[in-house]
Amino acid sequence: MKKLLSLSLLSLAVAATSAQARDDDQIRIGVDVPYEPMEFRTPDGELTGFDIDLGNAMCAEMKVECEWVVQGWDGIIPGLMARKYDAIMSSMTINDKRREQVLFSEPYFTPPSAWFAPSSTELTEATEGSLDGMSIGVQRGTLQDNYVTDMYGNVADVNRYSTADDMVLDMEAERLDIVFLDYPVGQSTLLESDNRDYKVIGDMITEPKQYFGDGFGMAFRKRDKDLAEQFNQALETLRNNGTYDDIKARYFDES
Amino acid sequence: MLDLQGYGPRLLEGAGVTVSLAVLSLTLAVVLGLVTATAKMSGNVVAHRLATLYTTLIRGVPDLVLMMLLFFGGQIGVNALTDWLYDATGVDIFININEFVAGVVTIGLIFGAYMGETFRGAFMAVDHGQIEAGKAYGMSSRLVFWRIRFPQMMRHALPGLSNNWMVLLKTTALVSVIGLSDMVRIAAEASKATREPFTFMMVVAIVYLLIASVSEWIFARLQKRYSIGYGEMD
Amino acid sequence: MQALLDWLDGLLANNSIFTLQTLSFYGEGLTTTVQLVFLSLIIGLIMAVPLAIGRSSRHGLIKWPIFAYTYVFRGTPLLVQLYLIYYGVVFVEGVQESWLWPLIKDPFMPALVAFTLNTAAYTTEIFRGAIKATPKGEIEAARAYGMSPTLALRRIVLPSAFRRALPAYGNEVIFMLHASAIASVVTLMDLTGAARFVYARFYAPFDAFLFVAAIYLCLTFAILYFFRFLEKKLLAHLKPMT
Repeated sequence: MKKLLSLSLLSLAVAATSAQARDDDQIRIGVDVPYEPMEFRTPDGELTGFDIDLGNAMCAEMKVECEWVVQGWDGIIPGLMARKYDAIMSSMTINDKRREQVLFSEPYFTPPSAWFAPSSTELTEATEGSLDGMSIGVQRGTLQDNYVTDMYGNVADVNRYSTADDMVLDMEAERLDIVFLDYPVGQSTLLESDNRDYKVIGDMITEPKQYFGDGFGMAFRKRDKDLAEQFNQALETLRNNGTYDDIKARYFDES
Repeated sequence: MLDLQGYGPRLLEGAGVTVSLAVLSLTLAVVLGLVTATAKMSGNVVAHRLATLYTTLIRGVPDLVLMMLLFFGGQIGVNALTDWLYDATGVDIFININEFVAGVVTIGLIFGAYMGETFRGAFMAVDHGQIEAGKAYGMSSRLVFWRIRFPQMMRHALPGLSNNWMVLLKTTALVSVIGLSDMVRIAAEASKATREPFTFMMVVAIVYLLIASVSEWIFARLQKRYSIGYGEMD
Repeated sequence: MQALLDWLDGLLANNSIFTLQTLSFYGEGLTTTVQLVFLSLIIGLIMAVPLAIGRSSRHGLIKWPIFAYTYVFRGTPLLVQLYLIYYGVVFVEGVQESWLWPLIKDPFMPALVAFTLNTAAYTTEIFRGAIKATPKGEIEAARAYGMSPTLALRRIVLPSAFRRALPAYGNEVIFMLHASAIASVVTLMDLTGAARFVYARFYAPFDAFLFVAAIYLCLTFAILYFFRFLEKKLLAHLKPMT
């Protein structure tokens, strides 16, 4: 028994080797990659994308040092709670369900979601009737997943992926008939893809609010109100001095 | 000859993660295995029941599910603890159950259960007369353990140990699913980016085979060493 | 007692996770897992018998390719094999136009192929070990009776090898059940896939994964008792008479 006890203490000690006091000068931001063009890696491993550039600009504005922590989408909110990082900036849509868990900044970007399919598709609109029996791709645990599961889960075959990358690969492989994505991500990974032709099916979708919320926000722990306020002010400054538009132009061709 | 498109160094790094993960979890598994085997043979009813519960539960649930439970759930559990600490005392610490720690602990826990069975069988295989002889010489049971039971047990345990190690090595691949950048995850990333899954997955497969072959050789040598004094291996 | 019932009632009423929808996900997952494991085990078993005989052959041309196959499939992680088959196959030129595509398109088939090849490799080695362990006397006795090698294999060697292989094969079945959890990485909605979905949707790791762990535990016990039963009853007549 004693041995068992000392052993569990030992395993705790192993876990605690990575425990440390928080360093206040540095702000760690959790991000899930790849989600082109919002956040992704160059082949040599460098992080880049709209969120990354905007986040770095805000940190520069606030005169603090920021470090990006890569975390899979599945565990991104628990990771914030566990103080693995102090904020999330990872194309996270602000909605009520998440508000129960975290504190959001002001929205810094508001993209619609859209359906994407190969150009050869016979689909002209996404409805319960037209999607009957189709294979739909979504990223697991995203608002798109929730929307598609609730609206079309009974008629279509919903395939859930850990990363947007996996989904695009299966789309190219023709395993999926149609995917539902944040529009900028679909634009960058599918519409501008060299490999095959894709098109948007139907309209951009931003309703109902219950799923689509109020745009992308940074997420903080509920008690870190000051930190959220600092980022809000930095964002305000960047919007006014034009930096925000510069960064936006880098990743999205305005339409 | 083989074009890794710039992913070579990261793959090598990933191989390092795989090996260190495997070695650390093996260490934890051996310790847990010895504890479990001792508990099962101790004659203490509570210890025996606990050890049995541990081995049964672990061996009944898939590795991946245990890993996710520990990695995702462990974080929330620890978070509740540190939040309570913050509210109660104002001390703000964060304990980071990162993928690597979660991987080592889960794989160690899983294989500790298997090692327990291996060690128990091996301890039982030690000739009882030798233990009695040791006691007759006035050795304490501690001394009997280290001088007689342990070395002889190792001879019987080695085949099982080697077997468990081979399975453990392959189990490390699962950490790629919870986000640790081991060899498999980097290869998966690379194959998606370059659209060349064959190249990268083949490289990974070959590295696994290499590690397996090297460890086979090491275990054969160990077996030889622990069998000194025996005419032939059984 | 009444208090307990009230408490349980309250628990389920306040439960936003285990709704009809999520339970149906788990149900669907259970079906997928059982289908996947059962089919791959059956096909793997059918493949393993001739492979094990070939592996015990004296001809290098038969023996070595089978050895290479089992060495590679037993020496590398199933996850790597699954990735190779799932992602690799779509890069074969023209596969999308072939008659095979409707099969490969669905993640079920690639997963089934990977699992089958994997379990066949392990089962081959289990059977080979069992065949090798056939007592010399039995074979000599068969020869003395004038049996041809084929007849001796069919009547003497294989039946007794099956019996010896049964405990190890039981372990392989449990191993396959647990290994099947990785099917969720290629989007299959198996039991683990259902748990991951519920976790990602409700941020409730304990509920999602403990529930699924309990289901796996039940399945494991079912297999365990089935094999004990098999060992006791079905193969009793093969036991040497005493």
